[in-house]
Amino acid sequence: MTDDVKARIAERAARELRPGEVVNLGIGIPNLIPGFLGPESGVVLHTENGLLGVGPRPTDDELDPDLIDAAKLPVTALPGAAYFDSAQSFAMIRGGHIDVAVLGALEVSAGGDIANWAVPGRDVLGVGGAMDLVVGARRVIVTMTATSSRGEPKVVAECGYPLTAAGAADVIVTELSVFRIQDGELHLTELLGGASAEDVAAVTGAQFVLALEESHAAR
Amino acid sequence: MTSVVISAEEAVSHIASGDTIMVGGFGLVGAPLTLIDALVAHSDATDLTIVSNNIGEPGRGLGNLLRQGRIRCGISSYFTSNPEAVAAVNAGEIEATLVPQGTFAEAIRAGGAGIGGFYTPVGAGTLLADGKEERVIDGVRHVLEEPIRADVALVYAARADERGNLWYRRTARNFNPLMATAATLTIAEVGEIVPVGALEAESVVTPHLYVDYLVAAA
Repeated sequence: MTDDVKARIAERAARELRPGEVVNLGIGIPNLIPGFLGPESGVVLHTENGLLGVGPRPTDDELDPDLIDAAKLPVTALPGAAYFDSAQSFAMIRGGHIDVAVLGALEVSAGGDIANWAVPGRDVLGVGGAMDLVVGARRVIVTMTATSSRGEPKVVAECGYPLTAAGAADVIVTELSVFRIQDGELHLTELLGGASAEDVAAVTGAQFVLALEESHAAR
Repeated sequence: MTSVVISAEEAVSHIASGDTIMVGGFGLVGAPLTLIDALVAHSDATDLTIVSNNIGEPGRGLGNLLRQGRIRCGISSYFTSNPEAVAAVNAGEIEATLVPQGTFAEAIRAGGAGIGGFYTPVGAGTLLADGKEERVIDGVRHVLEEPIRADVALVYAARADERGNLWYRRTARNFNPLMATAATLTIAEVGEIVPVGALEAESVVTPHLYVDYLVAAA
């Protein structure tokens, strides 16, 4: 996956976020989203290691060893930010106080099941906050490429990988399209990067309803 | 009660073989590295169960205790940040209990708060709920999670007063205030010790009754 593909997915996913929403960004493509959120976006970023009001990456002068995000990378805190312990952070998540979680996935099923933490036969020793986030966030946006590095569809009828949670995904953004999952059904709502519905069907391992919307105006 | 200030070497003498030890920190941020290094250098305690979000990094923090073969069991949400911990689990050298991070935090909170367990929707229907009691609450599958407690908690706080009230700095807080409540003996490594009254009472995060010993960070 090229950086350009990742950036395009992040740019489209950023347009799903609305002013005032509290958003938790996962590792990988979601971490590119702040680059597409202007100061006028009004989005408030939460990181599960204990900060609401995450700011941009620090300059060398601003670097603080006590201030990191969940990817363990240095961040800054914006005016009005708040720090809290991990139990409170996950109370925010499970309690439905986080509006949106954006995260990557290995597979997503047509019914919104998400597999993003374990590959069978490999180490299943890191789950972090993934399960809490997909269960607790009010809206879950998955950002991923349409196919795996082996060329296999990542949107599938049923997940083959171990589940993170069942029925949790609301939106899937790939380099080719936007899918929305409504009432357990997969809807193709937008084509991206010049793809046709046939192009999307060729790399999607599940049936979907064609429900194209007017494309969202860029903010 | 005034918390007693002791050396790191004396602090780790309170840890015995077979103990369960909670260790604060998200990665190495907020980890009590002076205490961990003392445990590595000045203690023979082995067969330890470590409750910590990560098992350090290769050659850093708890990663050194792992290299000494003194960890029997790890309870953690993310072993993956130390490839040597993953290798030790796969080789059968240590047992691993993987817990979703929010469940990990809440189980420690429950342990410190005298709660016998809680039902959470997190993990229901996944590998991590295998064998756990389930209940449907408001139409949603929940799993029963039991509290986590320890013999000794090793935590880090940026500032303490002489009584043992603790104040944390930025994201170095993470699991530390929870762990401080959930062990029989709590040892706080602190960046600075100020006189009683120098911490605003309203800004105290961990009240002193949870803290048994203070150790100055190296």
